[in-house]
Amino acid sequence: MASVRFERRIGAPADRVWALVGDPARIVEWFPGVLEARVEGDRRTLRLATGVEMPERILAADARTRHFAYRLETRLVRFHLGTIDVFELGPSDTVVAYATTAEPDTMALVIGGATDEALDAIVRLSEGTEG
Amino acid sequence: MGRKILFITTDQQRYDTLGVNGGQVASTPVVDGLAREGVRYTRCQPTSVVCMPSRASMLTGQYPSTHGAWMNGVALRVDAPSVAAALHDVGYATALVGKAHFEPFLDPFGRFVENALSNLGVPTVEQPWFDGRLGVHRGFDVMELATHGVLGPLHYARWFRRTHPEAVEGFYPVLDADLNVNAAGGGDTGAPQVHYNDVAREWYHTEWVADRTIAWLEGLDPARDWFCWMSFPDPHHPWDPPAEAARRVDWREVPLPENYPERREERERLLDAKARHWRLWYDGRVVSNYEAPAHWVPATLTADQVREVNALNAVEVELIDEAIGRVLAVVEARGWGEETDVVFTSDHGELQGDFGLLFKGPYHVDGLLRLPLVWRPARSAGVAPAVVTAPVSLVSLAATFLEIAGGQRPSWAEGDPLPLDDAAAPSDAATVTEWDSDLFGVDVHVRTILTRSHLYSEYGRGAMHDGTEAELYDLAEDPLQRENRADDRGTRAVRDELRERLAAHEARPGERATPGRLVAPV
Repeated sequence: MASVRFERRIGAPADRVWALVGDPARIVEWFPGVLEARVEGDRRTLRLATGVEMPERILAADARTRHFAYRLETRLVRFHLGTIDVFELGPSDTVVAYATTAEPDTMALVIGGATDEALDAIVRLSEGTEG
Repeated sequence: MGRKILFITTDQQRYDTLGVNGGQVASTPVVDGLAREGVRYTRCQPTSVVCMPSRASMLTGQYPSTHGAWMNGVALRVDAPSVAAALHDVGYATALVGKAHFEPFLDPFGRFVENALSNLGVPTVEQPWFDGRLGVHRGFDVMELATHGVLGPLHYARWFRRTHPEAVEGFYPVLDADLNVNAAGGGDTGAPQVHYNDVAREWYHTEWVADRTIAWLEGLDPARDWFCWMSFPDPHHPWDPPAEAARRVDWREVPLPENYPERREERERLLDAKARHWRLWYDGRVVSNYEAPAHWVPATLTADQVREVNALNAVEVELIDEAIGRVLAVVEARGWGEETDVVFTSDHGELQGDFGLLFKGPYHVDGLLRLPLVWRPARSAGVAPAVVTAPVSLVSLAATFLEIAGGQRPSWAEGDPLPLDDAAAPSDAATVTEWDSDLFGVDVHVRTILTRSHLYSEYGRGAMHDGTEAELYDLAEDPLQRENRADDRGTRAVRDELRERLAAHEARPGERATPGRLVAPV
């Protein structure tokens, strides 16, 4: 089991950041390689640029604590837990932390690399420099 | 109409696997013939001994410390300079068929273009270029991609699973359940990454790469200039060629490598004279890099396993040679024979039993550093056949291709064009190979310089080195690099000079890319 975590400080209100990451369907806007996201209850299925369908289970999408948690349910991993936490520092000052725990360890590196890139997109979208 | 360029690369092929370079196991008449007709280089060195940094150097003409893809798993930035883009700019049709690996393979999301192209069903996509323009990805009009097996999202793998699903299980699983390089033994000797593959030869990736290259060439306007990078995934492990060909070389008849010490005491004495990570890896106490199996101890390697690996490696080399022959026949048939330059090389070598080791890593000796390089210039250029013994580097390829196309060396290319004979090489010719890696906190940093007379490596401070270690080999007295003379008093002047030259390499002028992020193991 290995864990990685990436963070960004964003010049945007926490509610705006949360609106982006807390809505499970909007992952298509900021996670690299995701072409489509279908959400049914606590199930989310991603269609990826590789052609792979990636099923996920949403564990938490708590607007009060601005905490999102999910699991990949694929043979690529024996275990996965992804969490995104949005912290309000000020009216337009936010920290977002994206953590990945996975087994095998290698997948923490692979998924973590993608989450790092995802955070860049979250910053751009939240700060209004893209889209 | 200008000169066309067929750039052929293999993956992890040693210098001494070609007949023309003295190889005794594989028969390579096609490449040997190119060498006799053209220029054969006896001291070609990569900029890195692993795939991604080395391939990025071929494309960009830059060292890893410049282009920023400093180890496997670090993507070459999308807007890096590209010789293919420069050739595209002067009107060349451009294609890369086979193994690219400028971007990490382990990418289930398809966030890297190489891994998404096949599923997207397009030959390329538009991306930013190094000069701010938009253009085809890395300068290639067409990318049809393959790697060492039939899993994953690349073109060959998807084609294979769609058309021959019953044969998927015939391939050796390159990675184990933990996604580490698989240590499982196979074949007759239990050697790691050895397997007899039931796949039909015509479905194997070597044939596919040649087939798709031929298809691209046959679709071109005969008057068009073109640059085709035909990139075979073999003879990189796994050593699992089609069974129908695999027995053409009987491993029991294969001689042990000259640099395989049969006595364990001798192996250990030689390893102990080198920097400490050599022996640590051999004993199974450290695996410093992802490219070697995490759960395999080199000390367990037997002489018969070395023979079987080398036999299957030779089979893969022969299949490539025959596939190149098919492609060259099409080049001739299309009327391009006089106007086509053919360049053959590999991205790095393979230890293949040297010092009792297999695979690759921060071990800068000939097994990994000395590459086959053959340039058969277009016959219309009237270049006399030659053998170049001066050190040359793959970093020179980009400038060479642009010179063939009639252009100048661009400002971003760090290498000069390859010399066409020894007289054209500088008297103090030298090449540099870089290594930087960090595998779960085990970091290794090496800089190596090769001159006409010496091979010298310095180890930077890292998990296993304190920054003082070095290796120095006198290539005339010790061509197998067995006696490390870095600490001999008699070599101090040589060592000082080589240290200065490495320092000058580190301090060379020019803009460096920010080192890329490690986002995958490979």
